[in-house]
Order: sequence, then structure tokens, then C-alpha cells
Amino acid sequence: MQRKSKVGKPLDLVQIQAKLEQSAEKRVWRGLEELAGTPDYRDFLATEFPHDPRADQQGVSRRNMLKLMGASAALAGLTACTKLPDAKIVPYAQQQPENFVPGKPLFYATAMPLAGYATGLLVESHMGRPTKVEGNPSHPASLGAANVMAQASVLGLYDPDRAQVVIYRGRIGDWSKFLTAMEQRRAELLDAKGAGLRILTGMVTSPALGDQIKSVLAQFPQAKWHQYEPCNRDTVCEGAKLAFGEYVNTVYHFDQADVIVSLDADFLSTGPGAVRYARDFANKRRITGPESTMNRLYVVESTLTSTGAMADHRQPMRARDVEAFARDLAAELGIKGSNAGSGVAGGNYFPPPGLVAGSNWLTALVRDLQKHRGASIVIAGEQQPPEVHALAHAMNDILGNVGKTVDYIAPVEANPVNAAESIKELVTDIQAGHVDTLFILGVNPVYDAPADLHFADHLLKVRTRVHLSLYEDETAELCHWHVPEAHFLESWGDARAFDGTVSITQPLIAPLYDGKSALEILAVLDGHAGSTSHDVIRGYWQRQKPGADFEQFWQTSLNNGVVADSALTPKAVKLTTSVPTTAAKANAGGMEIVLRPDPSVGDGSFANNSWLQEVPKPITKLTWDNAALVSPATSRKLGVINGDVVKLSSNGQSVEAPIWITPGQADDSLTLHLGYGRRRAGHVGTGIGFNAYLLSTTGNPWISSAAVEKTGKTYQLVTTQHHHIMGKEGEEREEESVAALQRKLVRGATLEEFRKDPALGEENEENGPSMYPPFPYKGNSWGMSIDLNSCIGCNACIVACQSENNIPVVGKDQVRRGREMQWIRIDTYFEGGLENPGIYNQAVPCMHCENAPCEYVCPVGATVHSPEGLNEMIYNRCVGTRYCSNNCPYKVRRFNFELWSDFTTPSLKPMRNPDVTVRTRGVMEKCTYCIQRINRVKIAAEKEDRELQDGEILTACQQTCPAQAIVFGNIHDKDSRVAKMKAQPRNYGLLEDLNTRPRTTYLAKLRNPNPEIKE
Amino acid sequence: MGADGLQNTPPVGANVPVLAPGHTYATITDKISSIVLLQKTKRGWWGGFLVALSLLGILHIAIGYLLTVGVGIWGINIPVGWGFAIVNFVWWIGIGHAGTLISAFLLLMRQAWRQSINRFAEAMTLFAVACAGMFPLLHMGRPWLFFWMMPYPDTMGTWPQFRSPLVWDVFAVSTYGTISLLFWFVGLIPDLATLRDRAKDRVSRFIYGGLAMGWRGSAMHWHRYEMAYLLLAGLATPLVVSVHTVVSFDFTLGVIPGWHSTIFPPYFVAGAIYSGFAMVVTLAIPLRKFYGLEAFLTLRHLDNMAKILLTTGLIVAYGYAMEIFMAFFSGPNTYDHYMMLNRMTGAYAPVYWSLILCNIAIPLTTLWFARIRRNVAALFAISLVIQTGMWLERFIIVVTSLHHDFMPSSWAMYYPTKWDWAVYMGTIGLFLFLFLLFIRFLPMISIFEMRGLAHELKEKEGK
Repeated sequence: MQRKSKVGKPLDLVQIQAKLEQSAEKRVWRGLEELAGTPDYRDFLATEFPHDPRADQQGVSRRNMLKLMGASAALAGLTACTKLPDAKIVPYAQQQPENFVPGKPLFYATAMPLAGYATGLLVESHMGRPTKVEGNPSHPASLGAANVMAQASVLGLYDPDRAQVVIYRGRIGDWSKFLTAMEQRRAELLDAKGAGLRILTGMVTSPALGDQIKSVLAQFPQAKWHQYEPCNRDTVCEGAKLAFGEYVNTVYHFDQADVIVSLDADFLSTGPGAVRYARDFANKRRITGPESTMNRLYVVESTLTSTGAMADHRQPMRARDVEAFARDLAAELGIKGSNAGSGVAGGNYFPPPGLVAGSNWLTALVRDLQKHRGASIVIAGEQQPPEVHALAHAMNDILGNVGKTVDYIAPVEANPVNAAESIKELVTDIQAGHVDTLFILGVNPVYDAPADLHFADHLLKVRTRVHLSLYEDETAELCHWHVPEAHFLESWGDARAFDGTVSITQPLIAPLYDGKSALEILAVLDGHAGSTSHDVIRGYWQRQKPGADFEQFWQTSLNNGVVADSALTPKAVKLTTSVPTTAAKANAGGMEIVLRPDPSVGDGSFANNSWLQEVPKPITKLTWDNAALVSPATSRKLGVINGDVVKLSSNGQSVEAPIWITPGQADDSLTLHLGYGRRRAGHVGTGIGFNAYLLSTTGNPWISSAAVEKTGKTYQLVTTQHHHIMGKEGEEREEESVAALQRKLVRGATLEEFRKDPALGEENEENGPSMYPPFPYKGNSWGMSIDLNSCIGCNACIVACQSENNIPVVGKDQVRRGREMQWIRIDTYFEGGLENPGIYNQAVPCMHCENAPCEYVCPVGATVHSPEGLNEMIYNRCVGTRYCSNNCPYKVRRFNFELWSDFTTPSLKPMRNPDVTVRTRGVMEKCTYCIQRINRVKIAAEKEDRELQDGEILTACQQTCPAQAIVFGNIHDKDSRVAKMKAQPRNYGLLEDLNTRPRTTYLAKLRNPNPEIKE
Repeated sequence: MGADGLQNTPPVGANVPVLAPGHTYATITDKISSIVLLQKTKRGWWGGFLVALSLLGILHIAIGYLLTVGVGIWGINIPVGWGFAIVNFVWWIGIGHAGTLISAFLLLMRQAWRQSINRFAEAMTLFAVACAGMFPLLHMGRPWLFFWMMPYPDTMGTWPQFRSPLVWDVFAVSTYGTISLLFWFVGLIPDLATLRDRAKDRVSRFIYGGLAMGWRGSAMHWHRYEMAYLLLAGLATPLVVSVHTVVSFDFTLGVIPGWHSTIFPPYFVAGAIYSGFAMVVTLAIPLRKFYGLEAFLTLRHLDNMAKILLTTGLIVAYGYAMEIFMAFFSGPNTYDHYMMLNRMTGAYAPVYWSLILCNIAIPLTTLWFARIRRNVAALFAISLVIQTGMWLERFIIVVTSLHHDFMPSSWAMYYPTKWDWAVYMGTIGLFLFLFLLFIRFLPMISIFEMRGLAHELKEKEGK
């Protein structure tokens, strides 16, 4: 017996039996030896398990006793450091949100208010941290797409420069002190019936906030509510009043329009419905074969915008001449008296004679519009005076478009006002000493109010100034109280979209810095101090939907991101019989300046967002600055070249601005983008560019005459495309474009030419020979198709990619050195000279070549071909020789020349996509076709044991593209959208003659010019 | 002595000896070994050493900053991913080639005149390779991972990617460095023994003795020595051609217009020898002057080297001509056509035309004339011009090809920063530092080979 030999003595079974019987409880025993409890067994235990804790049971040695006492005392001391919470602790396991799987993102619907108007979003949340913003497919203003500002908003949330504490008179205060102070103030104000109380907000479309303010005003009858937006829609509002006698909102249906005339309107990239309009517009330009039709876009504008770049016929024209053009157009369309006051019939508004003079542009346009009655749109831009808007309404009316391509709805704003008038009234009241307490909620008028109001000077006369905003900005500096505002991703709210659809916005995360929303500040005035924005919103909606099914309504609305059937229904309006016959403003000669919101940082509220600062602006490709955009001819006239600083004086104010020569800009017209020259924006946005608001006045908010003087100074402007020695008049851009067209990097034709020869004279290149055997593919083989005909060059893809793939920003100096990091770029080329060129916008991500020049030159195999055809980067294997980038014909690779990823700022850490490596210094990176997204879907499909569906995997750029120009999928699946696009005859690859066989291919751009127009 | 009197230059031809008459074994040994053992360190040497040390200090600072911040301190960008680092790498490697050519190739060709220049030319090769070898490491984004380019077994199963010319470079340059070191050291052994025997103090005796590895000069030693030296020469000779060929593959295997060219291997090799011989001339002229070695480094040597400069210069010129011809022959609107026009008229046109001036216009017009070949000052100036030209050539190849390649949207300029210059100047400092130490502590001319030369000449005279 083995046991016997081990323990040495034979076992006494009788004794064991007795022991078992003695023990009262049920015993489990491991062996007879244990039962016997012999000393031998104890010895055996001691040798076999020398560290058996039971060995110590007999007693504690003095030494161990002291050790234990010492340790206990030390540990007891530790617990004393933190006060244990009084609340009962509920384990996370029980409180875990539904469907919460660590590592798997959840998506929540919310909406982003931009100048008040909502865009529906779906926000990706990892373990409770919002990391990525997508459009909400069920929201009418988004349809799944999002613009640059929405894409960058997640960086805004985590911005370390955000206001973090309540400030009272320059010192750190706190919220409870603020509440006490406000309660007291409220009592005083109640006694005074609100005399002296003013509330200044941005444009409010939020039904709940509007209701709350009304309630406040009811309690304080003498108080006033002002609304101010720097990039407001006053002209739209006034134009409607002029046309219809009342303010109505216009909703356009570009998906129904065959002919579109834009009167200086950049409807594809600015305005509340731009994202949706871009989709509708692009849908009318999708060409699948010779039988397809396409809309036709006419644009007259001063600045080459994204919309102008898509035009089939474009006329650069001083912004102030557009009115005369509109009057003539209206007259030709049969609107009597419309050009009575202009005195410019026959039009001298086409500036470069010889280009169009004597052309039949106008008459051909008129005939085209008349041929498409009920299927055309005339749209006026926000910079144009109300008269132009009224004329546009009249033209849409006479063309029978109303009810078809154009609908009028009641205002979506809670209380539509003229923003300029509103703030002017506030300033007048302050001047008159009527204002005693001013709440400035979420706006920054010290920076962006019209310069002639001298808002800052007047503000200081108000006795109590309360400011709520995301940043301690220019206005915060001059206010007694500053309360940090909750970001829209942190707070409850609601807002209407361009068509009136309401979204209830839910927070994705608790306020990072204990920020408050306007609802919470106003709740104090409303007598509900301490109620949260959630209480206010839910309360409001409960009052609206008092039924028993409220909970269901609430859940559905939050889940869908839209309140069902809340879009405003079209409203019948009657055109006032008298079309505007007020004399057109004298067609003054000389230089004009046009102010426009910046395509990246908007009105300046995004100035501290480095993604938006670094994204190259459409057409100009400028980053980190604004500039005075001038045409090549005007630059010659002024004797200036790129980077020369000029002094612009208008209305007694002046600014100094660097010149940037821009193709397609109207002559004698300088365009200045707003949003720069911030004094207190944060580390990123402070002190860059110049403040164009200084030239804005309440009378002339957008367009004014200006004197231009040379200063002799120069300023370095930085672009991502023309990293050249700066040419005098943009020759470098012309040289680039000529080469690009010669090399057939961008291809285009007219619709007519395409119908005659769908392949556009190109033969499909046969695959050339390769030294290496072809890669075998089983299953998926990924590819991408980009339709140049749809791409509006809005940059949303760039910022979406930056957010999805944790791409660092590098700053102006590094961009100057040619080291920008964005994985996808928009190349812009000009066709046909620089005066009024045709534009090609080309999104360029990695081509994922089949014969990739980067792969075979890497000495360590850090870039390799995947079994599904991807060209993959292995960051941790990369040693940084940069040979792959040198050998990449498309130059899509990006190198971390220095440590650019921010590994230290705590608030930026939760922002990152946990599925994507944050790259360190010395490593090459590039577009991966969002491999993390591919794998996420593949894993899900594998778990469900099913095939991947086409369209199930969306790359970040594809998902956010308003025009749906980017399609990604499996090119082996002949029924996939991408395979069908690639099968189109106008499909081509970049630099196919190099036999790289790119997987990203392009569809040639088509234009649909009016055959009657001879240009 | 006195043979370089500029006015009354005697005709220099094959009849002029490669060793001034009147030298015996003893005078040769005395003359060369005394520089190391007896003479006081010259003031000029100290001056040079100070310059070298300051430049070396700059190199240390530049490398320290580089490792701290990253290659972003240089002017490189996208599209110009390679800048000064690769330009300097190719330049230094090229310079090294002359040493190998002289010591190995000319040895096999039984060119007697090589014997007075081979030692310091080999040293030059070694130090140039040391300078060159730093650049591929420093230019990496993560230089501390350089060993990933070598094949070694590791648990991750990773391996170099052997289709990449950079991996071939690793082998080519490391082989070249190893062979050059061995060749130089083996060649030094008999002289080290001489120094050991003549050294007065114990320390020198100990060090030279150790390095001499027990050389006693026995017939068996000489027999084995000769055999080893010949074998090493045989191994090194193909390297003259192969190393720079492989270096040229870094470019030719790329798709970039201006790189993707079949003429690169021969024209790189010729260019390397061109710049290398220019460097030998640059070093030889001051050496013979300051150390009074005119007897050993005669005008015959300078004349021969100038002729090699002329020959290789002509090959290089042919290379340029072919590049231009192929670019224009491929027709308008081709990438190569654009590339060549851009070189000639684009933003870097001044660099291109300076290169043509330095590499073609100046040397290939002047070196035809014996008067200039024998004019020490002129030859020295021309050698400097050629080295500048060859550096510019590498700049043109690396930078102008990349700065305007296929995608016009990505075209950009490359501007070197002060750190680019610091590293470049720093390696010149390193080279000078090593070379000055070499001439101070080791015989810069092979003593035993000069003795052999004296013997041969005597034999000839005797007959």
C-alpha cells in the first residue's frame, strides 16, 4: 500500500470508525489517514505543504504578532485618508446599462445645435465615453451624414481649455454661491417687475427653452429677451417678410429640382439644411449610364464656394452686383418692375468683359428655367440683402416651384427676431441706463457683435453681468459671473431642425466640469432653482404629451433622435403683390469686402478646435488662418501677392489682413472669413488670424465698400496643397492643375460627351505584368469608389477620419513644413485658367494598391498585404525609414516626424477611439479603410454565422459624407454597390500606367452645361 | 624634394619615378616612422584637431537633440521623406570607394604607384564608412530599433523583408565596413611591428606590440601575409562595384521619376570613385606639404589620380547625358520629361546647374591639361569642387525627384534646417578627428611597401 509506506504505520481501522461516529457533524474526508489524525499524517502534511496556513493555528509567535500589529496599524491609517461615502454602494454589475458589453460601443441618438438649428447625430460611446459622432439616418437634416463641425464636436467636448469652474469677479466661485446670489437678485427683480433684466441668447429653436423664457418673461413683465447670432439669417427673415408680409421659413427640395440658380447662396455647405441639401443635390447627379439625367446648377457668387465648385455654369460677380443680376433675371422671367430701380438692365454685372459680355448667359438661363417650371429652384444667399431673397421667392412663385421644389413653413425659431436689431436694441437700452442685470447665455457678443455697437464698452455699464459659455472667452472676461456651460454632449435639451423636426437631445456623459446649460440658469430665474436640464426638458414634454403613453413617447423620441411627426407642415403663403421696387443700392464702383462664416471654424465659436483649425479650407487649402481672398486680376491691380498684408478700412474701422489669391474670386471683391482674431479662445485659437467682425456693422453686416492699402508687411499663410515657393499670381496652382489634368488624375466631361462615349475616350488599362505572383483571395476583397461628380469638397470626411483614427494635429508650423497628418485629403485642381475655373475636388485616401510600391521597399515588413487585399500598416514593427512614403506615387502616407499624439493631457485620453492604436513618434501611418470597423462587423457576422451584407461596413469617411460620394465594399461581390460603381465606364484609377492597380478608384466628373450657352 | 616647384616643373610621365631617388630602406623607415614616434606634435595638427573636436561636439549635440525630439528637427516632410541624411550617406559611402579601389583593385593590377597612397586612402575609406554608416541609423524614425533590419531569430518570428533594397544596404555596407577594417589592419601589421621595435617608451612598445600580434618578419609570416592580403584584395575588389550598386538600388527600385533608372548602378560607381579620388587628392596634398612627404607622394601620384578623376568624371558626365537623353527621348508629357525639366528650370535649378558646373564644367575642361594636373594648388581646388559637385548630385537625386513626383497636389519644397547642417558638419568633424588621430599615431604611408618599392626600383636600376 502506497499510503501505508508513506505514513509509516498500519492504520487502525477500528479507531477510525470510532472517531467518525464520535464526530457530530457530517465530515468529508480526504483519506483514512486524515481521519485517523495520526502524528505521522501531521508530519506528512507539514512536509508536503510547508506553507499550510493551518500550521500557524497553534499560536502566533511574538515576532509575527509584532509584524501583524505593525501592518494593521499602517493599513488602518490608510483608510483614514478618504472619507468613505455615506451612500450605499451598488455594484456596477447590477447598475450596468442594458446591452453593455465592455469593448463594444453603443450608439445614442442626440442632436447638435448649430447657430440654433439641430442636426441629428448618433454618438458612439465606449464604456460611457463619447468618442465619435455620426449623423442620425432618421433625422431629416442629417440622413446619416454630418458636417465638419459636428464631426469635430467630440474634440470640443474634451477640450482641456474649456471653462471648468464658476468664476465670480475673476476668482473661483462656486455654483451654490451663484445660486444664492441669483435667488437674491431674483427677489429684487421680482419686486421691480423685472425692470432692468435682460436675457441675451443665441437664436433659440428649442421649444423647451423658448417656453421657459416665456415663463420667465411672464414673471418679469418688464424684462426683455434678446437673441443674437453673428452668422444670422436676418436677410432670409427680412426677405420673407418683404415677399410675404410675414416671416416664413423656406424648405427646398433639391431632389426635385432639375435647374437650380444660386444667387450667392452656398447652400451645400452653409445654412441649417446644408447637409441634407447636399444629399438631395447629389442624388440628382448620380449617373449610372448614358440614360441617366442630371440637374443643372447656375451660380453667381463673389467667392468660390463649395457650391460654386459644383456649378455647371458659374459667374464670379461682386456680391453687391448680385442684386442687379437678380432684378434682371426676375424681369426676364416676367416679374414686372423688378428691375425698375436697378437701372442696369442688360447688366454690367458680369465683370470681366470679353468673358461673358455679349454672351447669351442670361437669356439661356431664363429659357432653361422656363422649360423646368415646377422643377427649378432659385435660392439666395445669406449675405445677400432681403430684396434678393424677396426676388428669389417671387421667381420661385412665377416658375410654379412653390409646393413642388420649395415649401414654406412657419418659423422654426421659438421667437424669430432680427438678430442685428435685437442686439442693437439691447445696446440702446444699456446706453439709456435701462439695463441692470444681463444674462448672456451661450453667446460671445464682445467678440462677434457688429463693431459699430461697441458692445464691450456698453456691457461694462451693466450692474450685474452673468455669462454662460463653454470657454472663458472675451465676454466672460467682462462679466461678474461666469458659469461653465455644459457641452451639448453633456446636457439635456431640444432643438428644431431646418424643417421644424424636433430632436430631444440626451447627454452622452455627465458634465466633465460640472457645466450648466442655459435651461438650468433660467430655471433659477423661473423660480425653480436647482432643477436640472433633464427636469426642465422632461417637464416641458410631459406638458406637451400629457397622455399615459408619455413614457413610450419619451423613450421612442430619445431612441430615434427625432420627435415623430414634428416637422412643420407646409404653409400657404401669398406673395405680396408689390415685388420689391425699392431702388437698388447704387452700383458703387471700387472694392467691396464680403464677410462670410469660415468654412471650418464658422462664426469663431469653434476657434479652439484644432481639428477644425488644421483641416484645409475648401478651395484655398488654407489652414490655421483666415485671409483676404482676392482674384488674380485684383491682386495685379492692387500690386500684391500672396502673403502681403493689406489694410482694409470700412465704416471707420480697419483691419490688417494677408492676401490670398483665389481662383474664381470676383474681381474687385475681397472675401474675409469670420471666426479668427480671437483674444481669448484657448490655447489653440487665441491670436491666430485677424478679426473680420471689426468690419461688420449693423447696417452692412456682410457686404461693404472698403479702402485697400498696402502695408508693406508680409505674413506667412500656410496651406496643405501648394507647399511651394509662393507664386506671384497663383502660377504654382496653375502648374499643378495643368500637370494633374495632363496626367489624368482628375477626369471630366460634359454629360453630352459622356452620352456619346461613356468611357470618355479612355481604354481600360489591362493589368500589367508583375514580378510577384498574384495574391490569392478567398471571400472578401475590399475596394472603394469615389464619385467626383458628387464630392462637394466639404471636408467632413477628413475630420471624421481624424476622429475615428486618433489622428494627431501638428500645428501651423508643421503644416508649413509639409507634415500634416490627415489620412484623407481633398485635392483641388482648376481647369481653364484661374479667372473662372472649373473645379475638381478629389478626395484621396490610401489607394490600397494591389501591386503596392510601399510594400516591397519596407525593410522590416511593417506594411504588408492582407488576405482581403488591404495594404496594412503594422505600427509597432515600423522603424521609420520613410521609404514607403517616398515610393508611394499617391503620397498618402503620413509620418510622425515628432511625437504629435498627446499622451499626457488627461481629458484627451477618453476621447480616443479605443479600437485604434495611438501612434508614437517615428512611425508611418495611413488610411486603413477603417480596418477596426471592418473587423467589428466581420466578428459580429461570424458570431451570427451569416454572410456580410453589402453596406454593412461603412468607413468613417463614407459614413459622414453628405453627398455619399464614397462607397466602400467587397469588390468580389458583383452585386455590391462598390462593384457596380467600379463597373461603370467612367471608372478610373489614379496613375494606372504605373501598374499599381489601386483599389480606390474614381468616377469621372460630369458637367451638365446648357447647350445654348456659348462660353 | 623640391619636385613640386611650380615654375620649373619637369615633365611628368611614366618615366618619372614614384619614389624620389636616393631613398634607402633606412631613410624610408626613418622618415615615415619618425612622424609617429619622434616628431613633436605639430601646431597645425593641434589646430586641425581643435576644429575637428568642435565639429564633433556639434555632432554630439545634434545627435542628442535628434534622439530626444525625432527626425522632425530636420527639414524632411511628405513628399520629401529623405533629405540630408541620405544625401550625406551616399556621399560618404562614395568617398570611401577610392580607398578600396586603390588598395584592392590597383594591387591586383600591380600598380606600383598605389603603395604610397594606399594606407591613408584605406584609412579614409574606413572613416568615411563610419560617417556614412551613422546616417541610415540616425535617419530612422525609431533608431533604437535598427537591429530589426538584421536577420536574427526572435520569438515573434519576425524577419527582415528581403525584397527591400534597404536590407541589401545593411549587408552591403556592413560587409564593406568589415572588409575595409580587416584590409587596413592586416596591411598595418608589419608596420606596427616596425613601430614596436623603434618605440622608445614602454607604453608605445606595449600598444604597438599588442597590435602587431607577434609579427617577427619571418619568411613564413611574410608568405602567409602576402597570401592573406591578396585574398582580402580579391574579396574587396567586387565590393568596389557592388556597394555603390546596392546603394543605387535604393533609388532605382523605387517608382519615382528621377530614381527609376537603369543607368544608376554604373554611374553611381563611377561617381563614387570620382568623389573618392577627389578626397584622396584633398588629403594627399596637405599631407605631403605638412609632413614633407613630397618624396613619397610625388607629382606622378597626383598626376595619375587626376587622370582617374578625368576618366570617372567622363563616365559621370555620360550618365548625366543619358539621363537627359532618356527623359527627352521618352517624349513630352511623360513623368521623366517633367522631372528633367523641373531639375533644369524648377525651384532647385540653381542646385542642378551648380552640380553641372562642379562636376562637369570645371573638372572636365581643366584636367585634360598636364600643367593643371601637376599644379598642386589647382588640383587641390578642383578636388574640392568635385566633392561639392558630387554632394550636390546626391541632393538633386534625392530631393528634386521627390519634391515634384506624381501627384501635383503633394508637391512641396524641402529646406534643410540648421540641424541638417549640424549633422553634416558634425560628420566632417568626426572624419577629421579620426583622420588626425590616424596620422598622429599610425604610419600614414606603408613603410614596408615603400621599402619594397625601393627594392624594386633598385633592381631595375641594377639591370
